[in-house]
Amino acid sequence: MDNIAGQNQGGRVLVNITVLILVLLWLLPTIGLFVSSFRDRDQISNSGWWQAPFAVDLNFRSRVAADNVREEGGLFIIEGNVFADPSLASDFPEGEGVVSAFGTRAVDPGEFAPGEVVELRTGGTVTVNADGRFRVESAEEISRGPTLYFEARTPPSFTFANYNTVLFADGMDRAFINTLTVTIPATIIPILIAAFAAYALAWMDFPGRGLLIAAVVGLLVVPLQLALVPLLRLHTDIGIGQSFLGIWLAHTGFGLPLAVYLLRNYMVGLPRDIIEGAKVDGATDFQIFVRIILPLSFPALASFAIFQFLWTWNDLLVAKVFLPSGADSQVMTVKIADDLLGSRGGDWGILATAAFVSIAVPLLVFFTMQRYLVRGLLAGSVK
Amino acid sequence: MSPVIQGILTILIGVGGCVGYFYFSNLILDKVIFPAKGANAGRNINRANQVRPWLFLFPAMFALGLYLAYPVVGSFWRSLFDRSGANFIGFGNYIDLFSESGFRTAVFNNLLWVLFVPAAATFFGLLIAQLTDRLSWGNIAKSLIFMPMAISFVGASLIWKFVYSANPDIGIINAIRDSMGLAALDPLQVRFWNNFFLMFILVWIQTGFAMVILSAALRGIPEETVEAAIIDGANPFQVFFKIKVPQIMGTIVVVWTTITILTLKVFDIVYTMTGGNFGTHILPSYMMTFMFRDDGRATAVAFVIMILVLPVMIWNIRQARAEMR
Repeated sequence: MDNIAGQNQGGRVLVNITVLILVLLWLLPTIGLFVSSFRDRDQISNSGWWQAPFAVDLNFRSRVAADNVREEGGLFIIEGNVFADPSLASDFPEGEGVVSAFGTRAVDPGEFAPGEVVELRTGGTVTVNADGRFRVESAEEISRGPTLYFEARTPPSFTFANYNTVLFADGMDRAFINTLTVTIPATIIPILIAAFAAYALAWMDFPGRGLLIAAVVGLLVVPLQLALVPLLRLHTDIGIGQSFLGIWLAHTGFGLPLAVYLLRNYMVGLPRDIIEGAKVDGATDFQIFVRIILPLSFPALASFAIFQFLWTWNDLLVAKVFLPSGADSQVMTVKIADDLLGSRGGDWGILATAAFVSIAVPLLVFFTMQRYLVRGLLAGSVK
Repeated sequence: MSPVIQGILTILIGVGGCVGYFYFSNLILDKVIFPAKGANAGRNINRANQVRPWLFLFPAMFALGLYLAYPVVGSFWRSLFDRSGANFIGFGNYIDLFSESGFRTAVFNNLLWVLFVPAAATFFGLLIAQLTDRLSWGNIAKSLIFMPMAISFVGASLIWKFVYSANPDIGIINAIRDSMGLAALDPLQVRFWNNFFLMFILVWIQTGFAMVILSAALRGIPEETVEAAIIDGANPFQVFFKIKVPQIMGTIVVVWTTITILTLKVFDIVYTMTGGNFGTHILPSYMMTFMFRDDGRATAVAFVIMILVLPVMIWNIRQARAEMR
């Protein structure tokens, strides 16, 4: 059997190219974020992440000190090198570089070509050569050295500085631990509760079973938004309030319909002979469940655990409503959406890094356990 | 007590509590209430087996009832009261909402989302599923396109904030415009179309889901039907649209409705990208503007979302019941 568009060479090439374009379209935004998280602020604001592997022209500022002015034929002269400014030591550790343009105003740092002699606003003239040497001349005494702006070619550079800031100064470490604290109990607790219920719905006979299954299917689509106000009210009334206990209970409740539905669908498909054989041998339902059903259902349990983990890790809404809004209990999504986007809105490197820190664990889980995730999706949606 | 220790304790109490509950409730049922010995042994075993399902079901039913069924009623009831919750005002909140232009915009945008996102995600999912079906590197391609499923809506929004940035040195869209000599513009401030830029983020996330399920469905199509069509001289497009698509129609509908339901709940993207400014509110984000301020309005908006979900819910239940027969 041939690929439907692959009966000829041209069709096959077309399919390959189309898929490649689609994959790139889906992948590029994430790569952009990843690359940006390793670039410092200047780099990000001066060149796109797609230019990151190449050298770029960056703007720098060099203050000319007025302490070594010499007088020569009625002129006051300062000479030196723009790269010698101590504040540029981190960018040009050897004190040398190549100036591609210079200027005297911050708004236009690339106004003049190297070697040009230009007027200073404070009077006098200045010139900067390509190797960074400058010469300021003035007929009057120079009390304050001018500030020179220049563009210099800088090699691509990558840094962990953003990660340092995000993890150790911006409180993302705390948010990371909070996210873990919310996620793990909220993933584990629903599994057992759901597994027993799923077994009852799959293999026990009792009046009203069909109705209950229909109810679970119905609850599967109830919008979370409905639950927010009444449950927060309830939590406050019984003294839980906005707390970790509250969010664990909420996530458990919200995750149950999917858990029961997925596990029941899986358990129904287990071979009837095994279960009936065990019953004939005198096993109770409890024993059948613990000894036979639970071990056999491992793939479905794993699927649900992955879903619930991703869902609680990535959740913003429930965390905003059921956790207090203070920094002590912010999870990463809330931290990014409410805190960093506001206070660090223009600092793209920090934002990229924070986002990447928050998606790293789900991505890891995703790529290592994709098999179970796919299986779970299929069990939940396809007959 | 630190939240971490509290968390570990909760896991222990939660898991231990569950195991203990199921074990001891069964033990009590079998040994104390209906012991399987003595004069009524046979009858007792039957009775115990009639009660047992409810023991198994009780914790799940209790949690489902409290956290999902009760709120439907509770929210509706609360939406009939004013802001303070003390005065019954009937449908006052709903009447007020419908007279607000912000609410009407949110409803309109939400309808756009519900129409566009499932359609686009299903379309791309089906396209990719078909194209990668017999490709040598198809699994890698699928895995990469599936990846956004793992990313939070907040994370995805940040990723796309970079793409949409008005600064040509950050946003790739404006970089392309810049290289063509066009002035930079902020896509998120272009009225009406900005909604579609936001929707595309959700399409980007959900396409992987559609693709995985449709890909499995395509594999499930009997080879003979496709072979027969090819022998009869059908071209690739005819095979796809006339043979394959009709056979997986059921799955396409399931994928479509699942994404529709999700679309009606997602508030994170609008909240993170625009905060609802520039005419981009949808109902879930509009509801959050009332949350903590006016519970009456908030629950009224939530109930409007529920009404929008209702047709899908009924359809799903009927479908599930038909399957069980």
